[in-house]
Amino acid sequence: MTTAPGQPTGAVSRRLLYLLPVALFAAVAGYFLLALSSDRNPQEVPSALVGKPAPDFTLAPLLPDVPGLARADLGGDVVLVNFFASWCVPCRAEHPYLGRLAKEGGLPIFGVAWKDVAAATRAYLAQFGNPYARIGMDDSGRTGIDFGITGVPETFVVGRDGRICYRQWGPVTDDDTAQALLAKIKECRG
Amino acid sequence: MIAELGHFALVLALALALAQAVLPLAGAARGNPAWMAVAAPAAQGQLLFIAIAFLALMHAYVTDDFSVAVVADNSNSAMPLIYKAAATWGNHEGSLLLWVLILAVFGAAVGTFGNNLPPRLKARVLAVQALIAVGFLAFMLLTSNPFARLDPPPADGADLNPLLQDPGLAFHPPMLYVGYVGFSMAFSFAVAALIEGRVDAAWARWVRPWTLAAWIALTAGIAGGSWWSYYELGWGGWWAWDPVENASFMPWLLGTALLHSAIVVEKRDALKSWTMLLAILTFGMSLVGTFLVRSGVLTSVHAFATDPARGVFILLLLIIAVGGSLTLFAIRAPSLRDGGLFQPISREGSLILNNLLLAVGGAIVFLGTFMPLFADVLHLGAISVGAPYYFLIFNPFAALLVIIMAVGPLLPWKRADLAGALQRLTAAAIATLVAAGLVLWLKSGAPLFGVLGTALGVWLLTGTLVEYGERIGILRTPAEAWRRARQLPRAAYGMTLAHAGLAVAILGMTGSTAWKQEQILMMRPGDTVALAGYDYRFDGVANVAGPNYTAARGTFTVTKDGALVTILHPEKRVYPVQGMPTTEAAIHTNGLADLYAVIDSPDAAGAVSVHLYHQPLVPWIWAGALLMALGGLVSLSDRRLRVGAPSRRVAAAALVRA
Repeated sequence: MTTAPGQPTGAVSRRLLYLLPVALFAAVAGYFLLALSSDRNPQEVPSALVGKPAPDFTLAPLLPDVPGLARADLGGDVVLVNFFASWCVPCRAEHPYLGRLAKEGGLPIFGVAWKDVAAATRAYLAQFGNPYARIGMDDSGRTGIDFGITGVPETFVVGRDGRICYRQWGPVTDDDTAQALLAKIKECRG
Repeated sequence: MIAELGHFALVLALALALAQAVLPLAGAARGNPAWMAVAAPAAQGQLLFIAIAFLALMHAYVTDDFSVAVVADNSNSAMPLIYKAAATWGNHEGSLLLWVLILAVFGAAVGTFGNNLPPRLKARVLAVQALIAVGFLAFMLLTSNPFARLDPPPADGADLNPLLQDPGLAFHPPMLYVGYVGFSMAFSFAVAALIEGRVDAAWARWVRPWTLAAWIALTAGIAGGSWWSYYELGWGGWWAWDPVENASFMPWLLGTALLHSAIVVEKRDALKSWTMLLAILTFGMSLVGTFLVRSGVLTSVHAFATDPARGVFILLLLIIAVGGSLTLFAIRAPSLRDGGLFQPISREGSLILNNLLLAVGGAIVFLGTFMPLFADVLHLGAISVGAPYYFLIFNPFAALLVIIMAVGPLLPWKRADLAGALQRLTAAAIATLVAAGLVLWLKSGAPLFGVLGTALGVWLLTGTLVEYGERIGILRTPAEAWRRARQLPRAAYGMTLAHAGLAVAILGMTGSTAWKQEQILMMRPGDTVALAGYDYRFDGVANVAGPNYTAARGTFTVTKDGALVTILHPEKRVYPVQGMPTTEAAIHTNGLADLYAVIDSPDAAGAVSVHLYHQPLVPWIWAGALLMALGGLVSLSDRRLRVGAPSRRVAAAALVRA
């Protein structure tokens, strides 16, 4: 291989350019290592929103007799915000527990129908019953993104100050999880 | 006993892989032909032992040996035989074994058929291939032994995830893996060339068939996966931008770029270091695709197995393989000199633009997939990235790529006349405008992207046909055109088919996204509902029993203007062993649209929640993908690739020019 004589400065910056991929890769690999070494549950992206005010949003109502949901409805009292969808199988499993949570926790549950078609959500609630005091339609999924959900169902406990107090990742489908969530609700009441 | 034999075979394969990695590399450095000659038989022996291990594991599944832990976890005696066999790779340990098996097949193929390779290059390629095998065999033996026993063995197994009990999914992972692992060949060739410090046209000609084979398999694998999620998950969509899907799409984007940049290396002796980089990154993305997604680094609802302890090991392997080769790239690539000079407006220029756009596309998907993780590590707050992100950010780049795709093949090498090329596309431009106008006229109130997508598809399709027509001189006498058409190299046909396939797929994606109609309602037996001109009469639900499931089977009689079109039988299945329901959509296709029905379990009164979709053009997505894969196959059968590179004369000429 012949090497063409290049100007020294040009050669140096050329070399630096070729170092760029490995440098970028080192940065990415570092992030992966950091993410792996922290002792978090891999099934759960911990919400950085815990302790922060809930994001701003306004969602249209779904049913004529149940009001829609907006940021202004949060705060004042401790509430649950449950993201669900008619197409989501775990949501169906969770559904019977929602009414119980509202009753035993003594607090209203607000629903956000995430990336769903209104007719489908209505059919779903007609079939399984409606545990929600308010329902907002998040058909674009924007509000879900602002809350940082990774899927449905997810449930947020929002405190009196309108801050997110706890995030329940995944469905509540057994008594243990339900009791744990109820304990968190109590904590959030302070 | 047979399981222990399989385990032992894996240990032997590891020992052979170690020898195959060390001796040929040292032999190539010292010019010792005897040491270099170890590589080929070692690669063949490695294949033999890994195949023994794989068959031993499959034997355990087929004979219901529940004393083997993975069999007890993933199989059941009531499962049909084909799924018992397919369950071999339906879990982490087994899929890893399949992965190294395919790796060994590729290695043995180079060892056996690579006689036209220079011995030094062949030795180095096989050594690098063996290094990858060492890493993954060690990973398997140390953290994920597929032959671990259970004592006492359970009476019956826990069954395979019912979603995976589907003929489509039985063969989808092997296809995908051939794609992923196939890119290891391009990687090994690139690393070997970097060690050697020499890349030329002959090198590109050797590496192209391997890359092409991997690309074909990956294209078919992705299409198969998307088809599976379309009919098995029952949500009426075919792509969700899920991390697992993205993981297969990223190597596809980079592999497509690699395929095109290797042409420039072969024909014009240029773009060498970029091609090296692409070869390394494509395989890196394949590793990310197969393993990182399953390691728990990423949270995905769709990952079937996650385990952080394995994740660290995988990450270390990734760091050694990709970090090591990128370091080698940083040291060696600056001394690679490009031979051919060219103007920005030329075939080379258009291929560079293609590469840039594909790389940017890959980066966008990468960011979208890993952004939640980065944001989490950087404490920016948890972010989830969904389809709107890709729609807004990815699609414009893809559209730009499609626009230049019609122009690029018309440009000659070195220097081109853009105005002239565009003029030759006048017919395509007219067809595009007519199609866009038709869409606006027929579907008043059509969404903008529906019009744009149709226009892009028609532009690419007609542009590709114009290029083909010009090549064979369609405007001359038919006899002359026929003669030319037969003489055209198969690689040219491959390109025409693949580009046309993408055009067809784009039309399918656009049609199904822009004009999908759906209807969700509760239906009682006898109810009729109309959707997109078809009448669906619900005739009731019957309970049927499968080998290892029970199902509620609905019957819909579909008529159009009173004439019977089809009878649809969607099912809701329950697999009692895992207690998991699955949806079996009923689909009737007429080539232009799919009629798609899904039902839920019936309530006590016999009423059932029904979800009907009318999906225009959706079959075209997979028809297009098949055309693309077919184009790859035709191109792979080109004589030029089969014969291999006869000499390095081109490279010598390039050196003289430089």
